Amino acid sequence: MCDFILDIVQNAVEAGAGRVSLDLVEDDAALRVTVEDDGRGMSPEERRRALDPFYTDGTKHRGRKVGLGIPFLVQAVEQAGGRWSIDSEKGKGSRVSFVFPKGNVDCPPLGDVPGLFVSALCFPGSHEMAIRRRRTKTAGAAALDYELGRGEIAEAVGGFERGSSLALLREYLESQETD
Amino acid sequence: MAKMTLEQLRKLREEKRQELSRREVEGKEIQLIVGMGTCGIAAGAKQTFDAIVDAVKEFGLGEEIVIRQTGCMGLCYVEPTVEVVAPGMPAVIYGKMTSDTARDLVRKHLVEHKLLDSHIYDRPAVDIIKK
Repeated sequence: MCDFILDIVQNAVEAGAGRVSLDLVEDDAALRVTVEDDGRGMSPEERRRALDPFYTDGTKHRGRKVGLGIPFLVQAVEQAGGRWSIDSEKGKGSRVSFVFPKGNVDCPPLGDVPGLFVSALCFPGSHEMAIRRRRTKTAGAAALDYELGRGEIAEAVGGFERGSSLALLREYLESQETD
Repeated sequence: MAKMTLEQLRKLREEKRQELSRREVEGKEIQLIVGMGTCGIAAGAKQTFDAIVDAVKEFGLGEEIVIRQTGCMGLCYVEPTVEVVAPGMPAVIYGKMTSDTARDLVRKHLVEHKLLDSHIYDRPAVDIIKK
């Protein structure tokens, strides 16, 4: 599931956002994700076409003829009996939310959360990113509750360009995921 | 693994930076080379290496010194051996450098610029001494 989330975060960053937020909230019943940005947003027509896997605006990735992030996410959510919503306003930003019911057999595994956050924080640009991670105490895991700010993390690890910084960042994020 | 704070993350970064700095050669004229052949390791060269790292840190010489390891220097009978190359001082191979004497070596040779006479066993091969 982290791959779906990362695609949506990448969309937000590439929309020229100055601020991106990612909320990852988990309990026994469901996983709720919200990605919000203040980027260029979409018109109603663009929002409709974003659901088409064979549509891309052709500017972000030259030569690419497909845009699979949102279509794959929607397919996976609907297959697992979950819900999704995309709210967007041209020039103001977008908000993508989805809920996966964890009890459904088609709910994909969550995946590598520290790896997701490392990748999300490392998208190039001067934008700020706020990550909020919550998990209420579940049958197999303790509660989690922490927040990450891209600016302060970058300052603490010395930027995201060097491999040694990323290794430190990963170590830090793994420690946040411990019970 | 305990949860790390941002302050701990900064501290860890600084520790890693210092550790990497120890291996950087550029701009450093003083070299401490520890013999880490099987003979050296058997005689305690790893502990000597650690003691040298601690002593260099203690005397605040980390930015000037590169600490390296090498194989057997051919002085197996006086392991652990440490070669010291510093400008203005003769290049020397010290022997019987246990973790206890390693601190004395750093203090005397690199801080006081005097030789640690009782542990001098050889000088490096002539082809690597700058004339």
